[in-house]
Amino acid sequence: MKHFDVVVIGGGHAGAEAAAASARIGASTALVTLKKSSIGVMSCNPAIGGLGKGHLVREIDAMDGVMGRVADQAGIQYRLLNRKKGPAVQGPRMQADRKLYRLAMQQALSELPALTIIEGEVVDLVVELHGIAGVVLADGSNIRATSVILTAGTFLNGLIHIGDIRKPGGRMGDKPSTRLADRLSEIVQKAGRLKTGTPPRLDGNTIAWDILDRQPGDDAPEMMSFLSSAPKVRQISCGITNTNVQTHDIVRKNLSRSAMYGGHIEGVGPRYCPSIEDKIVRFADKTEHQVFLEPEGLDDTTVYPNGISSSLPEEVQTDYVRSIRGLENVRILQPGYAIEYDYFDPRCLDGTLCVKSMPGLYFAGQINGTTGYEEAAAQGLVAGLNAALRAQNRDSVLFSRSESYIGVMLDDLLMRGVSEPYRMFTSRAEYRLSLRADNADQRLTPVGIGLGCVGELRRAVFEVKMENLERCKAALASEAYSSREAERAGLKLSNDGARRTGLALLALPNAAEAVEVLCPEFARSEPAIKVQVWRDALYAQYSHRQEGDIAALKRDEAISIPSNFEYGQLSGLSTELKTKLSAIKPINLLQAGKIEGMTPSALLLILSHVRRDRSGQAAR
Amino acid sequence: MDTIYALANAQGKAGVAVVRLSGALAFRVVEDLTGQLPEVRQLSLRRIRWAGETLDEALVAIFASGASFTGEEAAELHLHGSTAVVKSVLQALSEQPGLRHAMPGEFTRRALENGKLDLAQVEGLADLIDAETESQRRQAFRVLSGAIGERAEKWRRDLIRAAALLEATIDFVDEDVPVDVKPEVSGLLNSLLHSLRKEADGARAAERIRDGFEVAIVGAPNVGKSTLLNALAGRDAAITSEIAGTTRDVIEVRMDLSGLAVTLLDTAGLRETLDQVEAIGISRALQRASDADLRVFLTEDGQPLPGLTPVAGDIVAIAKADQNQGAGLRISGKTGEGLDKLVHEISARLSEQSSAAGTVTRERHRIAVLKAIKAIESASNQISSESSHIELAAEDLQHAIRALDSLVGRLDVEDLLDEIFSSFCIGK
Repeated sequence: MKHFDVVVIGGGHAGAEAAAASARIGASTALVTLKKSSIGVMSCNPAIGGLGKGHLVREIDAMDGVMGRVADQAGIQYRLLNRKKGPAVQGPRMQADRKLYRLAMQQALSELPALTIIEGEVVDLVVELHGIAGVVLADGSNIRATSVILTAGTFLNGLIHIGDIRKPGGRMGDKPSTRLADRLSEIVQKAGRLKTGTPPRLDGNTIAWDILDRQPGDDAPEMMSFLSSAPKVRQISCGITNTNVQTHDIVRKNLSRSAMYGGHIEGVGPRYCPSIEDKIVRFADKTEHQVFLEPEGLDDTTVYPNGISSSLPEEVQTDYVRSIRGLENVRILQPGYAIEYDYFDPRCLDGTLCVKSMPGLYFAGQINGTTGYEEAAAQGLVAGLNAALRAQNRDSVLFSRSESYIGVMLDDLLMRGVSEPYRMFTSRAEYRLSLRADNADQRLTPVGIGLGCVGELRRAVFEVKMENLERCKAALASEAYSSREAERAGLKLSNDGARRTGLALLALPNAAEAVEVLCPEFARSEPAIKVQVWRDALYAQYSHRQEGDIAALKRDEAISIPSNFEYGQLSGLSTELKTKLSAIKPINLLQAGKIEGMTPSALLLILSHVRRDRSGQAAR
Repeated sequence: MDTIYALANAQGKAGVAVVRLSGALAFRVVEDLTGQLPEVRQLSLRRIRWAGETLDEALVAIFASGASFTGEEAAELHLHGSTAVVKSVLQALSEQPGLRHAMPGEFTRRALENGKLDLAQVEGLADLIDAETESQRRQAFRVLSGAIGERAEKWRRDLIRAAALLEATIDFVDEDVPVDVKPEVSGLLNSLLHSLRKEADGARAAERIRDGFEVAIVGAPNVGKSTLLNALAGRDAAITSEIAGTTRDVIEVRMDLSGLAVTLLDTAGLRETLDQVEAIGISRALQRASDADLRVFLTEDGQPLPGLTPVAGDIVAIAKADQNQGAGLRISGKTGEGLDKLVHEISARLSEQSSAAGTVTRERHRIAVLKAIKAIESASNQISSESSHIELAAEDLQHAIRALDSLVGRLDVEDLLDEIFSSFCIGK
């Protein structure tokens, strides 16, 4: 019988990242997937990154993960979102050639010596006294493993809806995993059903491109990976068109035939990714909605019309799509659909994504109630690293919300659970100014080096970069200049008599040139280093305030709540809060404060009881 | 949780004394002591007996859990207010197993812990109990009934909206959100600033209502300030004499002037002096007088005083009206002439000040409001500046929200996302 340190179930974005992470730190790893050729498939839109999501990709990359590097092999358009705003809220986004992405991912995984890829369907888990012990395949064979990571995506009891037609499936053309879903429901309580949707796919040859507006990529593309410097393949533009009154009429008339509005779907869909039906019902006063026409590949004529996902019957989809300018004669290659799937309440997991009640079993990706490739991959990284560390009897690695978006996401999921598919936004990160896409390596690569999951190449590149950054910053911090000196260098300041360091001057608008005059070391630095020093300097004054906030967090973190604390005795708490608190069992006041619906007075109440219990025990 | 008991009113002889009990044993103890439990919330006459002796005939009321002040089972024994009766009943209670005397503030604390009062309401309650004057009572009652919460609700809505607009342009840049949210955000921030500044200004007056106004009597030496103080106080609080410079320290008398708590300050007469001790007194007088909420200038000849001039709202009166001529407010501490008018004048001016009182009465709240004002000002400047960094404005706003946390309740990203998703069609 085969034995691995770690078995990963599923080859989507979470599974691939988990398997790669586990293999990188040297654990013998098996990735079990239904079809080898499906590893790295992008089931929804052919794009990676964006606001919050781009931050996640950079963090994965900082730990030497695969997503960013693979994306840069396949990137056919790059845009840095919020380019005109400050660096803290800029998010790198790219569009991928679907096929190139899939192949690049398969290639990246094949290069990992510790990783074995097995084709098969996992139908059961091997559970022994101490916890998980392996998996059972459909052909009856067992694979033993110390840790098992489940990344089932939308495949657990997946149900596809097109109008009133329903068919079981994990993705168009793939069967769902129903036996495994049944088995899992015995181990962990299922939380419920979520829903997501996808638009019809169009034949690009039948689109009147010449009458449509185009959206090109950036002139100076911002890469997804810290290791990439320029796109690898030809760059393309997307088309832009709009829905119109006629489109809305068609959809409105056929609403009752939509799976969503016809009452066929019980799952909850994301509010930030509404179907065209949702848009028209919820924002009835709008007469048009933007549609982005995104080519799916260089030698693929398929086009992904971003903005019109739908679960209407196929013929209605044809009608409303053809009512849109430029799409009058379009041919639909594959109808849009809604998909419902099981998810588990992430509050049953610990900070390593391990199921609390089943040591060694990890959950990552959409089954935890998230949406998006990037969110899935980031969880894959966390589960992969920790599953491998467990197999190696090493300490686990935890991510905190003051240090990474990964930490923000884990904390949100574990503490608050989900009520709609969870997607990352920069506004979720309270330390947004210091958690930037541009400094993900500064924050996380040292952690990765410590764990041993960062390869030689990245380590070398990173160390040179840090050395240059430190030297440049040290030079800027070591000398302070009067306003007269600054003025002589070409920077007008209020004459307040204060001396400012080069770093402080750099934070002022349009000061870089003057600082170059004042500080030769800065002038000498490479452009990339200059920009990075400027980004750090820009937010320096705000980071002081954030340190105060983080200190307050640490104070709350220090007030631990005993695991046997009886929330039932607090008659001032609402039943809802009592139930949540009893289920989550926050280990300290900080965690308690993050539970959804928590109020300051409820926290105060818990605090006063914790204190009283403690002083009571001391007296005894 | 223990069952607790305590005398609810102040110690000492009174017509009625109320002993309160709260906790799971409250009903049983009352039954043991009185023989028969009354209906809940019905004052009933009962004999209190213990160890074979009748201790008192009292009115007894019981309150079911959830419908009492503390939220627990509770009882009140309205005893005859003799020291001996109270002592014997407290003694009897102390002999009941499972009962103990309450710690200071424990009844209120239980009310807080059981969700019967929120923190601001507890503060309001403490002020209500301490209230000595009518305006103190009104203000405390306003807080107790949740006025801060109502005002905070409007701030909360504005903060959510403003923060959500900023976040929408950051996180949903590719979507159908309005490109320029600055006008609406600026409008919201200005209205917040206006309202918070008013609140912070009013906080001083509110604090005055709670802690009392200070009114300083100032004037040249021997103009009759101490005589006036004594006349107003109705007793000899300050030494008076014909010798100029008799009063050297600041003398305080606390009194109720038409429902307002007022501390009258008698100060050293203001003049140039070489006497070291008198000079210290004069400098104190100047300090206290300028910090006071209102100054009454006493003058015989209308000459200006060294170091102090009346500001708007101050009162100038002709002193020793029994000896001096002159038009205006004429008073005499000796004959009592004009005293009614002066009292009326003082309370009218203080009432005017107190009408500006905000709902924020505590220093804790005022500091929170001031912090929020600073952060919102910074956000506002950031938005209106040329090279504006919207993420810094958003950061300032988050800071303001955290500062007002204790007043408006926790406001988190889900609130902002709710606002964004319900206002804009997000999702391409």
